[in-house]
Amino acid sequence: MHVHRLEKRWAAIAVLLAGVMIAIVVYTAVGMGIHPPSNVETIDSTRLHLTPEFAEDNLGVRREKDGTVVARLVMARFHVVPQELTLPAGTPIVIRAASADVLHGLNVAGTNIGTQVVPGYVSEVRTTIDFDSAAKAGVRNPDGSVTVPLFCNEYCGLGHQSMWARVRVTPK
Amino acid sequence: MSAASAPASRRPNGLVLANFWVAFGLFFVATLLGLYQLLERNGYLPTSAPLYYQSVTLHGVVQAFVLTTFFIVGFGYFVTATALDRPLRAPRAAWAGFATMLAGTLLAAAAIVSGKATVLYTFYPPQLAPWTFYAGAALLIVGSIPWIVITVAMTADWKRENPGRPVPLAQFGMTACAILWAWTVVGVVVEVVFQLLPASLGLAATIDVGLARALFAWTLHPIVYFWLIPAYVALYTIVPKAAGGYLFSDEMGRVVFVMLLVFSLPIGLHHIFVDPQQAAGWKLMHAFGTFLVAIPTLLTGFTVCASLETAGRLRGGRGLFGWIRTLPWGEPVVLSGILAALLLLPGGFGGLVNASYAMDAMVHNTMWIPAHFHLIFGGTVVIVYFGSAYALWPKLTGRRLFSRRLANAQLWSWFAGILVLTVPWHWVGLLGMPRRTAYSPYDPAIVARWRPWTPPMIAGGAVLVVSAVLFVVNLAATHRVREEEPDGPLAYARTTEPLVAVPALLNGFAFWNGLVAVLMLLSWAYPIGQFFFMDVHKSLPWGPK
Repeated sequence: MHVHRLEKRWAAIAVLLAGVMIAIVVYTAVGMGIHPPSNVETIDSTRLHLTPEFAEDNLGVRREKDGTVVARLVMARFHVVPQELTLPAGTPIVIRAASADVLHGLNVAGTNIGTQVVPGYVSEVRTTIDFDSAAKAGVRNPDGSVTVPLFCNEYCGLGHQSMWARVRVTPK
Repeated sequence: MSAASAPASRRPNGLVLANFWVAFGLFFVATLLGLYQLLERNGYLPTSAPLYYQSVTLHGVVQAFVLTTFFIVGFGYFVTATALDRPLRAPRAAWAGFATMLAGTLLAAAAIVSGKATVLYTFYPPQLAPWTFYAGAALLIVGSIPWIVITVAMTADWKRENPGRPVPLAQFGMTACAILWAWTVVGVVVEVVFQLLPASLGLAATIDVGLARALFAWTLHPIVYFWLIPAYVALYTIVPKAAGGYLFSDEMGRVVFVMLLVFSLPIGLHHIFVDPQQAAGWKLMHAFGTFLVAIPTLLTGFTVCASLETAGRLRGGRGLFGWIRTLPWGEPVVLSGILAALLLLPGGFGGLVNASYAMDAMVHNTMWIPAHFHLIFGGTVVIVYFGSAYALWPKLTGRRLFSRRLANAQLWSWFAGILVLTVPWHWVGLLGMPRRTAYSPYDPAIVARWRPWTPPMIAGGAVLVVSAVLFVVNLAATHRVREEEPDGPLAYARTTEPLVAVPALLNGFAFWNGLVAVLMLLSWAYPIGQFFFMDVHKSLPWGPK
């Protein structure tokens, strides 16, 4: 087989490029611990209201004993419960979301919060909100906080576009 | 290729044209729908969520599945008959396949038009469409099976009769494409046959959504390379010759087709990076393969540029960049190759962002995603389909192309339209604008930030519609041109020195199929198998009763 000298060099560069990109992904994943939401936790989506965690009274934001802030949401055609969440910037937060019916998506502009919400599973995102990034994507409030939109970003039926909520991000 | 070529009457021209006209006719309708969607969701037409989502469903199904499958099958038959220079085996089976594909398309289209199958082209359960929608999709795939068999069988015949000789590169590429397609459809066929059809017929009360998403992801990535390989075949074997030059390297082309087959299959989990039901380690493994599949595209960029440079220099180009000016820019298929390569640069860059395991969460299902695939698919791939159509139409009809100037204007306008459409989409995607929403009932201050980008999007969409009109008119008018095209097969590009032999590994797929089987087992056995061992809560179907 004959391969031109220049072609060999270019092939080496191509392999090197792929190698560098793989190395970066491994570094951010293993070294910095940044993973997409992957908690593989099942739940019966038809009985969310009967579970201790996703019963109506337990939804919203609360601070756990260890200081982490946990926000629990239910996504159902075509609304998000609760309609407004207040989350602190610069603090480790956990988002836990479950679908009551079909496939939904959850995306908060200006943050790293993005996950599919798949019926039968709990989606969990662990992140820290950067106030400045959120401020760029959101609207400033008189009290100094910022409101960013939380969209359902997976087509869930004819009312999909109306399925959204607000996240108030408070500065640290 | 033998000196005495098969007479025109033995070429499968009618069959190829039938496939192409279904592809391009429906492509035209779907492009009009695209403009409707732009106008509706940005408030320039009366708001209607049912119509909008119905339109998105038809647009996506036609462009992603109908345009591609019909074009590729037609192009494949043409390449097989001309590159191997022999009549098609089993032409009746090929026609039966065409009829089956058409029946499937009409069945699915009727379901969508009825308004009961508004499930978008990704048809994610537990939302369900009527069974006719899934049956139509299945028939589209079943009808393509004769093409797979004919392509593989004719390559095998040729090798038996020409021991030790390299299979012509164009046919080698289309054989890779047919084999890739056979592997690709397994995921979605299993999903349709064992999950979606039983649920839509009322035979199954619940549906395992996690399993369905894994099976669909199996198909969702390699299908992109099924769309891409014919474009690469044209770039390697049609464009260099039409430019008046040589193919820089035949062997590298074979390496590329083999790599596309092997690397594009075991990486589908990157479509569900942010799904909660798959573990991080498996996603990371699929992320590696996602970067490896960039290698054949980088190699193709080099070979195509080197082949064009050879042509430009043979035409008198001097200096480092002088060969670019002397390229035959007025030759439609060459122009399409150049424009495709240019669109591949921003398209590939965007793809690296989505492919990045962690960064994907920020752009997932924002407008960034349709921006990316409209650049790569609507840009790079479809523009080469156009260029190939311009090169093939005279051979298929025996008539000169109606207008080369119109063809070039069409290619340039498509190129410009795609850029003007997708650059704003990338940007509003970064601003958080979700894809696939019928309108934007959000905080006015947020929506106001997206608004400045609306007019360019609509201008881009309008240019694309004009371009689609020019395309279809030019092809239709060619059938009525009086001037005849001199009879002769399409000339495929050759290397400067004749290719005498290639290693057996680069002349067949037996070994590579074995490797694919091993890789698929490694990368999918657990992500799919886990649903049979987990305590899964299946979902109730949602859909029209």
